[in-house]
Amino acid sequence: MASNVQTGEKPITIREALSAALREEMLRDERVFLMGEEIGVWGGTYAVTRGFYDEFGPKRVRDTPISEMVIAGAAVGAAMAGLRPVAELMTINFAFVAFDAIVNHMAKVRYMFNGQFKVPMVIRTTTGGGKQLGATHSHSPEAVFAHFPGLYVAVPGTAYDAKGMLKAAIRDDNPVMFVEHSTMLQRRSVVPDDPDFVLPIGKSDIKREGRDVTIVTYSKGLEWSLAAADILAKDGIEAEIVDLRWLRPLDMETVFESFKKTNRCVVVEESLPMFSVGSEVAAQLQDKMFDYMDAPVKRVNALDQPLPYSSEIEMMALPDANKVVAAVKEVL
Amino acid sequence: MAGLNKTTLLDWYRQMVLIRRFEEKCAELYQQGKIGGFLHLYIGQEATGVGSVAALRPQDHAITAYRDHGLALARGLDPKAIMAEMLGKRTGVSGGKGGSMHLASRELNFWGGYGIVGGHLPLAAGIALKAKYNEEDEVVLCFMGDGATNIGYFHESLNLSAVWDLPVIWLIENNGYGMGTAVDRASGQVELHKRAIGYGMKDGGRVDGMDVMAVYEAISDVARYASKNGPVLMESMTYRFQGHSMGDPERYRSKEEVQRYAAGDPIGKFRQTLIEKYKDVAGELDKIEDAVVATVAEAVDFAENSPAPTYEDLVAHVYAD
Repeated sequence: MASNVQTGEKPITIREALSAALREEMLRDERVFLMGEEIGVWGGTYAVTRGFYDEFGPKRVRDTPISEMVIAGAAVGAAMAGLRPVAELMTINFAFVAFDAIVNHMAKVRYMFNGQFKVPMVIRTTTGGGKQLGATHSHSPEAVFAHFPGLYVAVPGTAYDAKGMLKAAIRDDNPVMFVEHSTMLQRRSVVPDDPDFVLPIGKSDIKREGRDVTIVTYSKGLEWSLAAADILAKDGIEAEIVDLRWLRPLDMETVFESFKKTNRCVVVEESLPMFSVGSEVAAQLQDKMFDYMDAPVKRVNALDQPLPYSSEIEMMALPDANKVVAAVKEVL
Repeated sequence: MAGLNKTTLLDWYRQMVLIRRFEEKCAELYQQGKIGGFLHLYIGQEATGVGSVAALRPQDHAITAYRDHGLALARGLDPKAIMAEMLGKRTGVSGGKGGSMHLASRELNFWGGYGIVGGHLPLAAGIALKAKYNEEDEVVLCFMGDGATNIGYFHESLNLSAVWDLPVIWLIENNGYGMGTAVDRASGQVELHKRAIGYGMKDGGRVDGMDVMAVYEAISDVARYASKNGPVLMESMTYRFQGHSMGDPERYRSKEEVQRYAAGDPIGKFRQTLIEKYKDVAGELDKIEDAVVATVAEAVDFAENSPAPTYEDLVAHVYAD
């Protein structure tokens, strides 16, 4: 339970954790630089890079035009040539514009040229709905990027994880899609200020121990799951929560170990249900854990349709703690 | 031309003939089923490739699209390793995992051929950013076909290079057709180099891409400019004598048109120039041609006798260790 380690320091927000990770890595390594829309003079649309332009200057904090294809692609080229870019796509909805550069080059240049190039880069971006931004600005397509070998996909759900994972992503020689949840930036947890605090890539974390059901989740799903676990505990049901933290590499070993104990699983994510993380986890459980399975694997996802503007109906389409509770009760 | 001695010019001739003979052999091997996938021949465009790459220094960089054999040879990649790549062997430049469209050499700053039209343009900007960031005197020569000028990558990459003053030469190899669509059927402004104005970058104009010495001179000029001042867009007017790729029925152009261009074959033209410049050079040129035939034969022999990649090769290099 790494995330419950107490350091005695005061809790900081996910925003502060991300900011600290970037700053520490930029101070540690001259090759690390930032590029993206409104990250410099503006200070970042989510204020993660506020103050960076003044501290590091225009060479290392590079405002770009609104050009997602070249933001992603130029980061690939710079990384191949030896720099360590941290490119920002303001939201993951705009990553679709950069999809070719991400899928065909960020993920593949190492393989197709037989290992001649490394691509040590990070694309930071924000995900998630629930903010009345309508169908095109409310996607949670992390699983889409996790489809492609060659990429790592990070989906932190706490400040502690956000800092340790972002630092790991920047230090690694592989390309990472680093996906932050746009509604969670104010969430606080205790985070070490040791500049060498780094979390391992591809390692999930048990955020709550329990014997009755395994809830597999990540990012915003962690909040719904923790809230659901509190509700369930009142009925004497103890849920174990596995926070995946990374969708690639996907740490199924921890899920399997938990499942051997609980024999039941619910997967909770904000993403659409079809071809989702839930689909993958369910498939692997039936393949590898069939003998331990006491109930069908349930998935809690957004409704399988676009998200609307009106808050009344947008929230109906998204998961919440009550939907997680209901799903758990179905598998018990 | 200053600094160009006979040895250099004869080496260019060798490179041009090597590209021609190498690719003729590739076409043959493709027909025999020994080369798979796509095969895009550079035949006809040799003067553009050899003249422009000759203008680069070792620390400079080249990157291109999928019509990449000629440029790889011009940049000095080993013909044996290129042919092995064509045949999908583990001794190939990309270990048999890239194929015809994906030749690269990190060591020679040849950053690869790329199969997605325009997809390599932002990579070129990123490589140039590395040079600028580290304050290194390096230039990136980014080749593209005329067809690439209408994809979004072109706009975003050229604009960014201008905003950031990146040392890139954006070189359009205008061979008249994006696959089978003539330039005037695809572009409102058919003088493609003029788009430089719209990006606020230097317009390097047009060069006769069938004249290796003219190409060398033009690229040498803009390379000096780019390394100090930022990007340049220019256009090399050339022609491919073969189809877009193997099996192209070529319904979009007439035999007469192809024959007209073939009469201005860049290799024949350069041979004539050399004969006029150096009397009694014809014998040397013939020897070069014989040596090239032997080089190609050796390359094929090496490739045919090389082992196929293994399962370990299949799964290697998805990630860095």
